[in-house]
Amino acid sequence: MQVPILKQGDYLIATIQSALTDADLLQLRDELAARVGQHRSLGVVVDVTVLDVIDSFSVRTLRAVVHMLKLRGAETVIAGIQPEVAFAMVQLGVTLESEATALDLEEGLIYLDQKTKGSSRHGRR
Amino acid sequence: MGGRSSRQQSRKQSSDVPAASLSELVVHLRENRTQLREEWVRRITEAQLLTAMSSDEIFAEATSVFDNYVEVLESGSVEALQAYARNLSERIIPRGVETHEVVGIVLLLRDVLARSLFAKYQGDFALLNHVLDAYEPAANRIANTVASSFVQERERIIRQQQEAIRELSTPVLQVRERLLILPIIGLIDPQRARQLTEQLLQGIRSNRAKVVVMDITGVPSIDANVANYLVQTVDAARLMGATLIVTGLSPEIAQTLVVIGVDLGKMETVGDLQGGIEKAERMLGYKVVLVEEDRP
Amino acid sequence: MGDDEKSVPIRADADIVIARQEGRALAAQLGFSSSAQIFIATAISEAARNIIQYAGSGEIVLDHIADGDHSGIVIIARDQGPGIKDVQRALEDGYSSSGGLGLGLPGIKRLMSEMHVKSTPGKGTTVIMKKWLD
Repeated sequence: MQVPILKQGDYLIATIQSALTDADLLQLRDELAARVGQHRSLGVVVDVTVLDVIDSFSVRTLRAVVHMLKLRGAETVIAGIQPEVAFAMVQLGVTLESEATALDLEEGLIYLDQKTKGSSRHGRR
Repeated sequence: MGGRSSRQQSRKQSSDVPAASLSELVVHLRENRTQLREEWVRRITEAQLLTAMSSDEIFAEATSVFDNYVEVLESGSVEALQAYARNLSERIIPRGVETHEVVGIVLLLRDVLARSLFAKYQGDFALLNHVLDAYEPAANRIANTVASSFVQERERIIRQQQEAIRELSTPVLQVRERLLILPIIGLIDPQRARQLTEQLLQGIRSNRAKVVVMDITGVPSIDANVANYLVQTVDAARLMGATLIVTGLSPEIAQTLVVIGVDLGKMETVGDLQGGIEKAERMLGYKVVLVEEDRP
Repeated sequence: MGDDEKSVPIRADADIVIARQEGRALAAQLGFSSSAQIFIATAISEAARNIIQYAGSGEIVLDHIADGDHSGIVIIARDQGPGIKDVQRALEDGYSSSGGLGLGLPGIKRLMSEMHVKSTPGKGTTVIMKKWLD
């Protein structure tokens, strides 16, 4: 199952739309790495709003995505982890401590603005 | 009729009779629907069951139960009955109907139908036996299904009420945009911890909070449960893009937590609630400015 | 009470998703809250993942259980893999160390009401997880 990746200015937005198999996740990782290089993107938002399970493999892969993209010059933020999923993750014992997270896509974009451009065009003051 | 009759078939020498019996049975019950139903309602009233309901209501429900009952006998599947039983339970439990009443009326129906079968087949004992062999297991399964559905529904409603009570006792306050304040009062046991965490995380989403100030001044005893709760809540909030500031930690409590094994370095802490709110405001970019009064 | 019993063969990573979706569906049917459904699905995901990772293949069996007044769901993760040498140790990992190391059994246990592990090195492993509608 392909994850759609949209280009929005300097950023890429990957919106996960259904349960991903391990193979799908790895494919996403590789696809993002390629596109970041291709567009010289400054940031990436991975939108996981729809995922109802984020297990240890997903977390390891997401961490790998963040680090891999960082090596290619892009900041990555994981956006949209739902309350119950966040709860399940901490019960399972998996967290994202050094990776950026955001409430949703909108917050994710604000974060990227702050991080990559030192200001927030979308933000509220 | 699938599974049921093939199971019965394996017990019998002649394979025709049970299948034929069940469908004969269903025909008989449908043909005598009105009078069987009336007999049943009469017996319910006589046994003083469902006193919380009016006789019109009893009759209406009795009709549905009867039809569902016959439906199970015919199809062998209890799914529709389960759904109906849960629906019925949801309606009558708030009226004060109790488990023994529900079990009672189902058993009465079973009895009314059984007696009707006796009356019809009393001339042919062997045939009566076959019919009962078909009827009995089905009737037992029905009684079981209805009783379990009722009990499950009851338990669900009780749980819901308990949740509601617990939620009322821990308000989540939105003071500024993106900032939530959660004062916690009272003991935290594993069950309450779970409910608090759920509530907090839902609150972060619905209020779009970026910072949550959680005050534990009112938590009388700090133990492993509280420590676990704090650590998990901090981590879970972070997964949702929010920062948790824990306030109300005295140096002694902080020490206790460290001894338990909590890594306070992972957590934002401030001594008191006021300080916590100020820190949160700074994090959000708010500045509190004194407004000069107009001089006359 | 075998009406709801469902067995999902686990042979490839795509089966992990199937197993947890079936688990979530059964949990919903049994009346578990959305939150509990997600806990159950997450536990199934981890258990199924262990099967693939350590045994190559196995199965996940889902069923409804009842114990007097309580009812709930049971999930059995079974394989004929190499087994776990030290089950006690596997159950002891601290909260923070199961982010990808080891079997994540303590994590699975926290997500469910009860968990039991039976393992014979060389023969296989069975993990039985139960969650009650409390």
